[in-house]
Amino acid sequence: MTAVPHLQIKNLRAKIEDKEILKGMNLEIKGGEVHAIMGPNGTGKSTLASTLMGHPKYEVTEGEVIINGEDLLEMAVDERARAGLFLAMQYPSEISGVTNSDFLRSAINARRGEGNEISLMKFIREMDKKMSTLEMDDSFSHRYLNEGFSGGEKKRNEILQMMLLEPTFCILDEIDSGLDIDALKIVANGVNEMRSADRGFLIITHYQRLLNYVKPDFVHVMMQGRIVKSGGPELAERLEAEGYDWIKEELGIEDETVNANV
Amino acid sequence: MSVDVQLRFDSEAITEYSKANQEPAWFLEKRLAGLKAAGELQLPALEKTKIDKWNTTEFDPFQTAAKAAAASELSELVKAQIDVDSVKNLLVQKNASSVFEAVSEELKSKGVIFTSFAKALVEHSDLVQKYVGTVVSFDEHKLTALHTAVVNGGVFIYVPKNVEVEVPLQAVFEVAGDHALLSPHVLIVAEANSKVIYVDTFVSGEGTSMVANSIVEVYVGAGASVQVASVRSLSTDVHDYSFRRATVDRDGKMEWILGEMNDGNTVANNTTILKGTGSTAETKSISVGTGSQRQNLTSQVQHIGTHSESDMVSKAVMTGEAVSILNGITKIEKGAEKANGVQAENILMLSEKSRGDANPILLIDEDDVKAGHAASVGRFSEESLYYLMSRGITRQNAERLIILGFLDPVVAEIPVEEVRNRLRQALERKLG
Repeated sequence: MTAVPHLQIKNLRAKIEDKEILKGMNLEIKGGEVHAIMGPNGTGKSTLASTLMGHPKYEVTEGEVIINGEDLLEMAVDERARAGLFLAMQYPSEISGVTNSDFLRSAINARRGEGNEISLMKFIREMDKKMSTLEMDDSFSHRYLNEGFSGGEKKRNEILQMMLLEPTFCILDEIDSGLDIDALKIVANGVNEMRSADRGFLIITHYQRLLNYVKPDFVHVMMQGRIVKSGGPELAERLEAEGYDWIKEELGIEDETVNANV
Repeated sequence: MSVDVQLRFDSEAITEYSKANQEPAWFLEKRLAGLKAAGELQLPALEKTKIDKWNTTEFDPFQTAAKAAAASELSELVKAQIDVDSVKNLLVQKNASSVFEAVSEELKSKGVIFTSFAKALVEHSDLVQKYVGTVVSFDEHKLTALHTAVVNGGVFIYVPKNVEVEVPLQAVFEVAGDHALLSPHVLIVAEANSKVIYVDTFVSGEGTSMVANSIVEVYVGAGASVQVASVRSLSTDVHDYSFRRATVDRDGKMEWILGEMNDGNTVANNTTILKGTGSTAETKSISVGTGSQRQNLTSQVQHIGTHSESDMVSKAVMTGEAVSILNGITKIEKGAEKANGVQAENILMLSEKSRGDANPILLIDEDDVKAGHAASVGRFSEESLYYLMSRGITRQNAERLIILGFLDPVVAEIPVEEVRNRLRQALERKLG
């Protein structure tokens, strides 16, 4: 792709059942940028990720999302993926009977399109290489997709998929939760290896910890279903040190969760 | 009511076929007794399935077919089931004729018998007489009686004490032609501490109003291990009835792997009787209901021996307007102390009009046992589809992956690669 990748979220509102969670979300990400979204639990961070990917439970009520000039919200989930969007999920599904390698190959071939399938040898080579970066045991490729994987193994598997699919925009939804420090470093390595001018990242996290290893260009604070404050990496450091109260005070927010009456 | 008026064959035709094949007199007697019983007995009573309108008798039992001099001369349909280049131990039957037999010298030198049932009746009459009808008796119901009257082929396997057969023994059964019948009798005798794997596939060619009525009897001796894998891919023009049963002595092991890929109406009953202490049974079966076919599939284990263990898994995928009844029956008899029987039936529903019933039944007459069952009937998990699609896989392919994945734990267990591939192909065909 010659043009710089571009993802724009404009005044996005979304609800689950009858509860509105995203209440006018605005964000622009370009190739080469790493954005981090932080915020307390229940402020809509994961909803943003799921809504962008097209999870059937979430309904968009207003706003638009443009990916490289195309209307993302008009696309089915698989089309969004083929348009270059990737979501490393917080709770990936376990799918019995489908081996990790069969799944990965199907996913790669779906992106490459009919008649342009990856050769088995090349696929195995690529997969072995990425698995060794992520320090994943060989047996992973033959195990059923996420079935019986530990929390940390699932997270690595998400990153493995991201590395093999080479998406244009990567959303990482709390990829750091449940990881010990060693696993966190390995996952961060994988992410850093993928940073490039043709790719944008949106990292959703509670903690600054991950951001020590994956340096963001922009840090946003999300509360009540929208971004309430943006800054550089120093914002994450201040949040880590002082928590979120000072932002609430500054903005006159009484309760940070969307569940509260507003 | 006289049988002869309804049937397309009579005792004379049976006698003629028996004589032409030089069958021993005791077997002809059995056939004629079967014919008589067929006129008197009722069809088997099946849970939630009425088969009185199905084709059970409208066939010409003794249609012959030409022999093949070499594996390469077999029909394309049959060749697709086998590895033509390296075929060592294979029997092929079409309608009422054994059309191909290959048995390796190595097997013969070990004293293993692997031959067509017709030949066994001639060459190993005493041995066959000792075992045939001891596991499934001819007069259980109308269908077993009919089978006995018109048996038109099958396989006999005999493995002597302490002999282990490493390579799977394979058979292919083909039925083709109007009113053709396939009625094979498969008799497997594994003596103490022996081991054998038998794999068969059932296929059908052009024809109308065809019937398959087969019986499999397995005798598993003390400490012996027998694995039987069967894949059936019969068309809508075939009504298929199969009664498979094994009896297992002390510390013996019986394993069934069944792929019910028929397109037509099917009744299958698969039973293991765990007689001996410490005997075990494993049954894995998959089925796919398509079109408007009706299937009644029963997996059953009877625990008699103490410390006997069984595990049954049945999986079905339902499409179109198909109806499948999956029965799992674990029966633990009084005295079968420390027995452990578990079973699971899982049905994946892919259409609104199809119906799948999972009936787990535990019948327990002993206190000191363990038994468990699990049954599920469900549709696609939207969450799983979302996950696969989020990686760019189309909805259609995502569904395919989930379906094949649902069945894979059984498919992967098939011991012969060609048969495994064949089963996968049958799945692709059925789920196209």
